[in-house]
Amino acid sequence: MTLDGKCPSGPIETAWDTHRFNMKLVNPANRRKYNVLVVGTGLAGAACAATLGELGFNVQAFCYQDSARRAHSIAAQGGINAAKNYQNDGDSVHRLFYDTVKGGDYRSREANVHRLAQISVNIIDQAVAQGVPFAREYGGLLDNRSFGGAQVARTFYARGQTGQQLLLGAYSALSRQVHAGTVKLHTRTEMLDLVVIDGRARGIITRNLATGALESWIGDAVVLATGGYGNVFFLSTNAMGCNVTATYKAYKKGALFANPCYTQIHPTCIPVSGGYQSKLTLMSESLRNDGRVWVPKSAADATKDPSTLPEDQRDYYLERRYPSFGNLVPRDVASRNAKTVCDEGRGVGHEVDGQRRAVYLDFRDAIQRVGKSTIEARYGNLFHMYTKITGENPYESPMRIYPAIHYTMGGLWVDYNLMSNIEGLFVLGEANFSDHGANRLGASALMQGLADGYFVAPPTISDYLARVGWGSKITAEHEGFKAALGETNDRIQKLLNIKGKRPVDSFHRELGNVMWDKCGMSRTKEGLEEALKRIPEIRAEFWENVNVPGENKGVNQSLERAGRVADFLEFGELMCLDALERAESCGGHFREESQTEDGEALRDDVNFCHTAAWEFKGVETAPTLHKEALTFEHVKLTQRSYK
Amino acid sequence: MKITLNVWRQSSPQAAGAFVKYDVDGVSADMSMLEMLDVLNDRLESKGEAPIAFDHDCREGICGSCGFMINGVAHGPEKEITVCQTHMRSFKDGDELTLEPWRAMAFPVMRDLMVDRSAFDRIIQAGGYVSVRTGSAPEANATPVMKEHADMAFEAAACIGCGACVAACPNAAAMLFTSAKVSHLGLLPQGAPERDKRALDMVAQMDKEGFGHCTNHGECEAVCPKGISVNFIARMNRDLLKATLRSTR
Repeated sequence: MTLDGKCPSGPIETAWDTHRFNMKLVNPANRRKYNVLVVGTGLAGAACAATLGELGFNVQAFCYQDSARRAHSIAAQGGINAAKNYQNDGDSVHRLFYDTVKGGDYRSREANVHRLAQISVNIIDQAVAQGVPFAREYGGLLDNRSFGGAQVARTFYARGQTGQQLLLGAYSALSRQVHAGTVKLHTRTEMLDLVVIDGRARGIITRNLATGALESWIGDAVVLATGGYGNVFFLSTNAMGCNVTATYKAYKKGALFANPCYTQIHPTCIPVSGGYQSKLTLMSESLRNDGRVWVPKSAADATKDPSTLPEDQRDYYLERRYPSFGNLVPRDVASRNAKTVCDEGRGVGHEVDGQRRAVYLDFRDAIQRVGKSTIEARYGNLFHMYTKITGENPYESPMRIYPAIHYTMGGLWVDYNLMSNIEGLFVLGEANFSDHGANRLGASALMQGLADGYFVAPPTISDYLARVGWGSKITAEHEGFKAALGETNDRIQKLLNIKGKRPVDSFHRELGNVMWDKCGMSRTKEGLEEALKRIPEIRAEFWENVNVPGENKGVNQSLERAGRVADFLEFGELMCLDALERAESCGGHFREESQTEDGEALRDDVNFCHTAAWEFKGVETAPTLHKEALTFEHVKLTQRSYK
Repeated sequence: MKITLNVWRQSSPQAAGAFVKYDVDGVSADMSMLEMLDVLNDRLESKGEAPIAFDHDCREGICGSCGFMINGVAHGPEKEITVCQTHMRSFKDGDELTLEPWRAMAFPVMRDLMVDRSAFDRIIQAGGYVSVRTGSAPEANATPVMKEHADMAFEAAACIGCGACVAACPNAAAMLFTSAKVSHLGLLPQGAPERDKRALDMVAQMDKEGFGHCTNHGECEAVCPKGISVNFIARMNRDLLKATLRSTR
């Protein structure tokens, strides 16, 4: 199989415009004859479903939550980037493009990223027109801030709730189309399989989470906007329901899964407090602007009251190792260093499973310098949240933080049109692999989700539909649907009939521990090989000893979780395999064997300047690796340095 | 800590429900309310019993999925917080807690602590949007918005649609929810052209769903996890009155 990214030729600045002109259109009178299935109603899914509905296509939209307004896009705090250059500080489309390619550590496609930067400005216009209440200056114009170490202020924000406000904007556009009758919304409905007929994605199988009913849906195109797979680690900042099932089932039906080992770890999360922990809460990394990160110099001081430790007993390890960037080093660097000092036994806070996994983020000096009221004005809501969760007062004692899984850059492989290698299967937002390379910049996830949903996928899907035409005679009686429905039902019955001794979550936690230890912040050949041996064992025990109570009738949340965990137990193996294969370090993927003399990530552009796309060959059979070479014509490959 | 729970168990929308008592020991003060229920559910699952069903997702207090009554108070004793962010340190060893679902005719119970809030979606579908197609938006800075208006619109837009306002209201009114959206969009120039129509349509849908009327108890504001003010209800009432007088329907 040769992977063709289908990037348009010609100058990158005009590539998208030229491409749009070359795409086919569907006559307005014919649009209602096409059915498009959109799975997921986060930023990408809601935006795409609403836009296709506005164009006049027949859209069926699905989400597992009880309302389309709840997808996890809602939790994004910081903001959304756009190359508006409202601050007159030298920003431009080219600079946003450049920063994103470099930030992704040269593992993304230039053409895709350039288009993203171009479209970023339209997103802000669209959101403002919908009534998204972005922060404004006293003159009534939009405010911006600098985010994630960017040298320009290009981030638009709505306090710490930018994701919520953008999602509610997309949800309102979607609701308008539901009212207009162009979009039919199916909430509490989870996709459990993809139906591929004659090489084309032709439908999905869903389970109604309220009744347990399995249903077949026929479409002329299928859009997956189902988010990332961070919950393979069990503990992450993702919502509890986030899962890999939709994309993994598509992978099992032939869609290639690209760069699954690229995961992003956020350095400033509230640490684990006990074995019962269900998820991790992110604290905005803006805290690092004023907070100083440290641990005791001696492991013996780990349990002492931090305020009693004199200056010479503290190790401000980021300031020590990175004098020019200090506490503001990028996410991956800050995260790895926290792990290193905790591995040395110098971690602080609660002991969980025999280890203290937290470092201090201290505002004492900042409070002395600018006063408590200034710090309160800057971070009051975050301090409040911290107090609510930990019961501690960060104005008086330092916060404790630790890295957590936050975002996954890998996803289903797509071409420039966001279509996977299966004809008619489009993949949007975090669910695809396309724009962030090996590391995503802050405030770029919202940008990509909305770019894909509002502006990229609607014309490329229209083009596809125009080319394949309408009037196909496929019904739910087709063998492809009957087989997928049968398999889905069998799997559910199998899960319900095991009646073993262990609850579903115990397997998820066990898998998560393996993933975090062996395929988390830093990875080694030995560790990954161990994980590849261990995961099939956990999976085997799961299928023998899990207890899924109840039946497939009405609400059964154990059954929902069991199905998702079963897929994670296969997917985790694919991630470890990809991490093992990629023997270089790049972005969020740090292989201990590939580092510079002073311990920084070392890329290997000779052997690994490619996208790794995996083809499913069977659960117990190794998948086949396909490579898409990456070429850089506009951004020169350099090694990142933050010394 | 040891906590005793009286939990509303109801196996289906049609079934009769009842309170069931559970003793949960080994509860840590650092657990969230939902993590405490996870621990109980793990114990129930291990015995092959049906776990307690409740809606939840982000567990960061922003998605609006979670919510139930704790000792008669929507989202429990702490101010401006959802149940997922309520930690067990709010309670003490030996406490007895009664957990029951939102009670409102327009929110039928689906199972245990889980209710059907799709009526909220239908209220939004009736008019909680600005009619702007993708691609037809003007340049974002072409229309300045008074900062005070933008800030107030944000306060209203912070609603997470959890339904606590309805559960707390003696009349099961959805006025706080509906007025938050009417105000958010009505305060912005982008939402002005549809301001009258929006108020009329959303209130009509609210009535159709079977929500009650507002009689100024203010319970909704007291339990709202986002602290949304009842002033928005007054604002919607003014909008509705003006819209009714101006209406050509």
